[in-house]
Amino acid sequence: MSSAQPLLKVRGVETFYGKIQALKGIDMDIYEGEIVTIIGANGAGKSTLMMTVCGTPQARNGDVEYAGENITYKPTFEIMRTGIAQSPEGRRIFPRMTVLENLMMGAMVTDGSTYEEDLARVFKLFPRLKERQGQRGGTLSGGEQQMLAIARALMSRPRLLLLDEPSLGLAPIIVKQIFDAIKELNERDGLTVFLVEQNAYHALKLAHRGYVMVNGVITMSGTGSELLAREDVKAAYLEGGAH
Amino acid sequence: MDYFLQQLINGVTLGSIYGLIAIGYTMVYGIIGMINFAHGDIFMVGAFVALILIVTLGLSAATPVFLLIFALILVLVLAMALTAVWGWTVERVAYRPLRGSFRLAPLITAIGASITLQNFVQISQGARNKPLQPLISGGFQLTDGGPDGTGFVVQLSYMQIIIIVTTIALMAGFTFLINKTSLGRSQRACEQDRKMAALLGVNVDRTISLTFVMGAALAAVAGLMFLLYYGVIDFFIGFLAGVKAFTAAVLGGIGSLPGAMLGGLLIGLIETFWSGYFSVEYKDVAAFSILAIVLIFMPEGLLGKPEVEKV
Ligand SMILES: Nc1ncnc2c1ncn2[C@@H]1O[C@H](COP(=O)(O)OP(=O)(O)OP(=O)(O)O)[C@@H](O)[C@H]1O
Ligand SMILES: [Mg+2]
Repeated sequence: MSSAQPLLKVRGVETFYGKIQALKGIDMDIYEGEIVTIIGANGAGKSTLMMTVCGTPQARNGDVEYAGENITYKPTFEIMRTGIAQSPEGRRIFPRMTVLENLMMGAMVTDGSTYEEDLARVFKLFPRLKERQGQRGGTLSGGEQQMLAIARALMSRPRLLLLDEPSLGLAPIIVKQIFDAIKELNERDGLTVFLVEQNAYHALKLAHRGYVMVNGVITMSGTGSELLAREDVKAAYLEGGAH
Repeated sequence: MDYFLQQLINGVTLGSIYGLIAIGYTMVYGIIGMINFAHGDIFMVGAFVALILIVTLGLSAATPVFLLIFALILVLVLAMALTAVWGWTVERVAYRPLRGSFRLAPLITAIGASITLQNFVQISQGARNKPLQPLISGGFQLTDGGPDGTGFVVQLSYMQIIIIVTTIALMAGFTFLINKTSLGRSQRACEQDRKMAALLGVNVDRTISLTFVMGAALAAVAGLMFLLYYGVIDFFIGFLAGVKAFTAAVLGGIGSLPGAMLGGLLIGLIETFWSGYFSVEYKDVAAFSILAIVLIFMPEGLLGKPEVEKV
């Protein structure tokens, strides 16, 4: 896999919020067809990295390359039109739009010709959303909002999907469904996935490769199983191991 | 009763004009959370653009009806387009550079933009009243004043019909645009979560620009209607009309499109009925008092949206 150019290449990225430096020189590669995860404690900078890839905020130093193109200083809306989609932290569902309208927003960057097909696909993935199409986003339960956020990201037919804590607030059975779905999208459609997860065990199980982030710095990287096997990873992120 | 009916007709006409202006306030507030104090002056510019076009085309009451209707439609479309350019420019020059700055900054430039527009029109067009001979006169008499001819004659002029029908048509079209088209969805998305809209590929700056363009185009329609209805304009008409329309937007619930329409209608009616039954002098006080009372009991306005939402 590492023979080709990476689909996403992050080099020396430093991101600031005012004077606070959240990312202190991140290097990361994601190859086409991979599932890559970043694990790390709260406040490590995982969400910031995901947002920096999307140009909001932009990196102060370093480079983000996507499909061979430097996108570090591209406006966010242009980056999102090149095949990157994000289901962000906090879900960010449009509260005063219906479920269906939220999904339509996800399809904004497409030419519309595959809309029906994509809609059927996400409804198959989350039948719950189909039942709730006409309900306003703001009145959905937390778990339903999470499903909608993922579905909305999928509506854009991404080549690279960024998922920030997709299992947050979901019942274990739904989490399993979502992880199965990610795996299937990856294996069948070749979708490349960048995953940030609280549940480090599940994430490392699912991912081909993983990175560990501490205070804005990458401290370890390796295949999912390599990281899972490491004592220091177990101690820090898997308290008590698999569950 | 007949007198009441007449006030109702007049009030709905005036309310239509306020409603068209109020939409511009409410949409801009909805999308960037600022009061565009220059919007009333955009309305004034729209009225002047319309006047210049009418004079240039040499329209008068003597113009054959068929030609006059055609020419007025042309004036309407051109005035909307030209005024939209003004609205776009104000946003681009006075507000966009300050986006992300502290909240009061664009309010200050809004007042600056308002004064600039007024002074510009005052200098380029002169400070005196600009009269326009009525182009469209006549109408229907809904009552004949009773058997002895001493009663009140209720008039519904062609001009009033044109204003009310145009307003209804525009508002219907506009509601459709906001609720059902992809542009409208983008606007609502920017209103609710600008960052997320960008993350879905929406060009937020362009969407905001278009909002100003749309608001200005509707204000231009109001400007043309005002000109044709009252037959006189000056560089200062934007101030009071702007304040009224703003009041209408707040009364209806700022940020709400149906609210702006309802608010405009109510302010028009309150003003007209107060003048008709009490005194003309205090009509503005009446409108503002009602606003104050409504806001005490419904701080969000009549159709505002206090809403429980999960975050
Ligand atoms: N908008 C902001 N303004 C200022 N500081 C911020 C902002 N967003 C994040 N930070 C800070 O940047 C650091 C990294 O935050 P980030 O959200 O990327 O962490 P995270 O790894 O995603 O954490 P979590 O697991 O809790 O989601 C934190 O110290 C946080 O306080
Ligand atoms: Mg986070």
